[in-house]
Amino acid sequence: MKNSFLMRNPSTLIFLTALAAFTIVVTLLSEAFGLGLISTSFVKTLGKTLCLGLVAVAMDLVWGYAGILSLGHFAFFGLGGYMIGMWLMYERTRDIVISSMADAPIPPTTDEITDAIGHQIFGVVGSSEFPLIWAFADSLTLQLVLVVVVPGALAFVFGWLAFRSRVAGVYLSILTQAMTLALSFYLFQNDSGLRGNNGLSGLQNLPGLEAVPQEVVSIWFLWASALALGLGYLLAAWIVSGKFGSVIRGIRDDEARVRFLGYSVEGYKLALFTLTACIAGIAGALYYPQAGIINPAEIAPIASIYLAVWVAIGGRGRLYGAVVGAGFVSLVSSWFTGGQAPDIPLGFYTIKWVDWWLIVLGLSFVLVTLFAPKGIAGLFDLVSDRKWPNRHGADLGPDAGALREREASE
Amino acid sequence: MSTLLEVSGVSVTFDGFRAINNLSFRIGTAEMRAIIGPNGAGKTTFMDIVTGKTKPDEGRILWGEKSLSLRGMSEARIAREGVGRKFQKPTVFEDQTVHENLVMALRNKRGPFAVLFYKPTAKDLARVEVLAAEIGLEDALWRKSGELSHGQKQWLEIGMLLAQEPRLLLVDEPAAGMTPAEREHTTNILVEAAKTRAVVVVEHDMEFVRRLNCKVTVLHEGAVLAEGRLDHVTANQDVIDVYLGR
Amino acid sequence: MKRLFLAGLAVLMTCTVALSQGAPMQDILQAHSALITKSSRTTISPAIAAISNSGLTQAQDILQAWQSKDIWQRRSDGLFFRAEETDSGSYQLFDPDTGKIIGEAAKSDLRQLKPNSGVRALIGTALVQFQLKDNDPARRLAALTSIERNPSSDSLLPLRASIDMEPDADLKAKKRRAERLLTIAYDTDEAARVAAIAEMSGDLGVDVRATLNPLLQTRTQVFAGVAPDGLNIARVLVPGKDIASQEAYRLLIASNLAPARIDQAEILATLSDHISDGKVGGIAVEDLNQPEARDRAYAALVSQGLARATPTGAEIEAQLAAHQIVEVYSEPSPVVTSAASEALEAILVNVGVNQTLDLILDGLSLASIYFLAAIGLAITFGVMGVINMAHGEFIMMGAYTGYVVQQIIPNHTVSILVAIPLAFAVTFAAGVAMERLVIRWLYNRPLETLLATFGISIALQQLAKNIFGTQARPLTSPAWLDGAWVLNDVVSISYIRIAIFILALIFLGVFLFIMRRTRLGLETRAVTQNPRMAASMGINPNRVNMLTFGLGSGIAGVAGVAIGLFAKVTSELGSDYIVQSFMTVVVGGVGNIWGTLAGAAMIGFLQKGIEWFNPSNTLAAQTFMIIFIIIFIQFRPRGIIALKGRAAGD
Repeated sequence: MKNSFLMRNPSTLIFLTALAAFTIVVTLLSEAFGLGLISTSFVKTLGKTLCLGLVAVAMDLVWGYAGILSLGHFAFFGLGGYMIGMWLMYERTRDIVISSMADAPIPPTTDEITDAIGHQIFGVVGSSEFPLIWAFADSLTLQLVLVVVVPGALAFVFGWLAFRSRVAGVYLSILTQAMTLALSFYLFQNDSGLRGNNGLSGLQNLPGLEAVPQEVVSIWFLWASALALGLGYLLAAWIVSGKFGSVIRGIRDDEARVRFLGYSVEGYKLALFTLTACIAGIAGALYYPQAGIINPAEIAPIASIYLAVWVAIGGRGRLYGAVVGAGFVSLVSSWFTGGQAPDIPLGFYTIKWVDWWLIVLGLSFVLVTLFAPKGIAGLFDLVSDRKWPNRHGADLGPDAGALREREASE
Repeated sequence: MSTLLEVSGVSVTFDGFRAINNLSFRIGTAEMRAIIGPNGAGKTTFMDIVTGKTKPDEGRILWGEKSLSLRGMSEARIAREGVGRKFQKPTVFEDQTVHENLVMALRNKRGPFAVLFYKPTAKDLARVEVLAAEIGLEDALWRKSGELSHGQKQWLEIGMLLAQEPRLLLVDEPAAGMTPAEREHTTNILVEAAKTRAVVVVEHDMEFVRRLNCKVTVLHEGAVLAEGRLDHVTANQDVIDVYLGR
Repeated sequence: MKRLFLAGLAVLMTCTVALSQGAPMQDILQAHSALITKSSRTTISPAIAAISNSGLTQAQDILQAWQSKDIWQRRSDGLFFRAEETDSGSYQLFDPDTGKIIGEAAKSDLRQLKPNSGVRALIGTALVQFQLKDNDPARRLAALTSIERNPSSDSLLPLRASIDMEPDADLKAKKRRAERLLTIAYDTDEAARVAAIAEMSGDLGVDVRATLNPLLQTRTQVFAGVAPDGLNIARVLVPGKDIASQEAYRLLIASNLAPARIDQAEILATLSDHISDGKVGGIAVEDLNQPEARDRAYAALVSQGLARATPTGAEIEAQLAAHQIVEVYSEPSPVVTSAASEALEAILVNVGVNQTLDLILDGLSLASIYFLAAIGLAITFGVMGVINMAHGEFIMMGAYTGYVVQQIIPNHTVSILVAIPLAFAVTFAAGVAMERLVIRWLYNRPLETLLATFGISIALQQLAKNIFGTQARPLTSPAWLDGAWVLNDVVSISYIRIAIFILALIFLGVFLFIMRRTRLGLETRAVTQNPRMAASMGINPNRVNMLTFGLGSGIAGVAGVAIGLFAKVTSELGSDYIVQSFMTVVVGGVGNIWGTLAGAAMIGFLQKGIEWFNPSNTLAAQTFMIIFIIIFIQFRPRGIIALKGRAAGD
């Protein structure tokens, strides 16, 4: 079955092969397992980029295929990061506390250890009590479950409320943006229980694996990220290739028609919204241990907007487009903003890319929207000679919501 | 003949404008009915009410042998109960193949999880073939429906409607934009369908209505003005005044 | 001898009589000579009282001279004079009674009175009664203010005495109020205090609360058995109910009425001091990570006499039962305290009412800010249906325009008047350019419009950062907008917020005028409702769309000037408002200006209301407000004022 599925979807096979090749090449060039041509920090950057690719796949599913422009998926991504971050921070602090208490003549009680950990973690926000949400922080299994459950539950509740009242199109986008804003405001508070704007830090240190050097850990995470991206891509490709994909594309193009076919549009949207939130959570849980720190600024609405930018530039409605867009834009962005790009002296003024990159990105985004709605992935069409239906001038692409189209024609 | 749909005393108001005014209507389980009326008579709104798109302010809408109330049900639920609707403008999923369009419409489980794990059975595929033949699209099965001509899209939509196997078909101006030969074919399909199910056709074209050879309901200002055979109705002075005589 | 004595006595008497007849002040000074020359804060009072209560007109001058160290004593006869140094270095002497120059003396013949600061303060207090009756109203006011600032029991009687003679009605009322407050605080007559308290009950002034609150101050005291009678007890604290048992026992320890517990740190230290052969009190050290094991080990040490015993739970309970913990008023009179607490309660109710009023004013001003920020959107999004995520950046551009204008025109009033039309022009041009270049190609593709305008928003924000830097730029309001309209000590609203409220009203009027009374408004409505029909009637939809979009953008620019006056002008100014602005339009009901007004009012009042519950946390207020809006949309998906029917689109 799997073979035939891959055979029917050659782009998936090509993508997975490319991903595997990429992973092997990076491994062979890394400091830990190979020639050492790629620095550890760059391996981490590449691993993070793979995670961004995974969240972009989720975004493409929900936006490119189902037409829901969610400005909340980076919030789900961040929540996943927070969930794994809680365990990482708790366990690591516990190790530190236990080793520092080991010299005491009288062995510490469990309460004393917990108090000391609380003091270490929450001292920075003037507290030492463990909030209720940290109840499972000592269990890796439970926190891993929460990585999926917390974003999923938030998406489910929010989606249930929003879709039930038939909020769609730009209204839904604005509403998801408001949700993201509310979440980041909440996390910015010191009494949110997640260390306010300090966020969680030191996540790159894996508890119990202090002996393993970061070069090796970075490769492990690269592998894990590649595996997650591969599996996520496969899942997404499987979903969109079948009847479910048919239905969600139908919802994107003409929601009312799908409803009159007897499909409960709300149920489909909710299922997809929740599923992609879970995928985003997983991507975040793999991303932030490589980044080392997570704070509420990561969740701010602008991050979700950038996610939409990646997918749009990569080419929405195509899974590989999303991955390519996320990889390309985020790598180029970090190259420009990281100060590596050479300044351009104009005589009277020097263009510093650190200052000007965002302007270029913003404007190129406008240009892509106007002139290349298929994004970078549109270039692949030139190779594959893919045919697009003649829509007689009426663009029924992902963005012209069914509602608008009908209103416009009335 | 038992009653499939009974609408009684239904009214709906848009911003003070009474689009439907104390409308009553009933149709049997296997019956063809044409609805005519001037613009703004409430034909489309009537369909909107039956399919759940518009919520009536008052009145009863009873369905089937168990007299289920359709009021308050969602559009999707009503569609699953067996009400199929064809729109004025052909609305097919242009980005998808004819085959995908038809498979989506086939009468199967509609829940997200059932659909996620759905694999077309041999029976389903055979049914798609049969439908495609019936609507003359057997050669276009793997083409994107956006590439079809306007008439072909109309056909595809009718095919999708049949694939749903509804008990009540609501058809809004099926013959618009069709060649005479295509109209002929459409008439045949609708008449054939009406043998096993209820069919309601909203149509402006009198010639087409005449060819359907069925009972006619004339709507005017949101209420039923006259009902009966076409000859009978067209002889009615009221009808002539408001509609035909214009 | 006897005659001589009698004669001497007679002479002395005549002398005294003469003195008392001609020099009463010198007389008083002589009578208290010892106190005056060796003045100290603790003993000087009778002397000052004698002078100030003498009823002599010269008393004030003498006190003032004394305070400013101008009183000298002649060494030869001990008489006191006011003295002034002359150019020659000797001193001119002034008679304390007549104030006339009576001679000169060398400095060596005189001794200066040098009252220390404590004494000088006492003199100052005594002087107050004279100042309160001074002929100059400014000095009377100054004296009153000094009493209000440093109230003391000494000021009460002079103040009270000065009220009746006060000619100035305003000052008289102020004096009376101060007298009432002093009566509450310092009068010895209980009935008078209670009457004063009753009189001030319900008064909103902070000074009243500042007077009443100390009366109700309590201290917690612990007594063995039962508290003695005669104390003005506020309440009895029952351990476990009003006060935690731990805390109650801590009080007992603090009052030395019970043996101290031994804290964990000391137990731990004791245990580690007594480790021998890997054991403490017979228990292996590695087992001591259990609290019970530690208790047993410590108990073992206690029984061996190696450690102090710590009271057990039962002992603590017994100790608590044997003592009573009470809160005692510092004010001894129960009548006064109960009157004060009643009065305070009435005041708090009144304060509550006024705080609500203040909250409403706050909400109103926040609502007008949101309305200002959203009204441009009400045009571009509400009327035209174009979703412009760069709207916030237009607000920012307006604010920066105001800043630049102020750099060129230093007069704040003129610069604001110039900035408003200029901001409109700048953002109008920007809006028209954006409509021409981008939005025009994306009509009826709202999600693509959203994304493209996001791109513009990102670029504009960064551009502003590049030009103006990341730090906040000041946009100063004209001086006549400084200050606040103060209703009472609770309710006040700054003029700038009133100005913004008025500006919001003007905008509403302008919007209504343009949409309902002008050709552009008519054409705009026609084009949005049916572009093809409008075009067929000779309206150029391109032109109308361009102008309407420019108008909405221009209004955003003007709003930016207004918002910049009270918020910091940064490149992120716009993005701080964008989500709220859209919420305002959506919650209110798209396409309806009254809806935008209602939305702004709802969001403004709601946010202030939530902030009132938890004033320190505006982040939480915003979080809850957004959650509320998400839920609100459940019930009114089309907003507060919804367009109904088919026109609204389904």
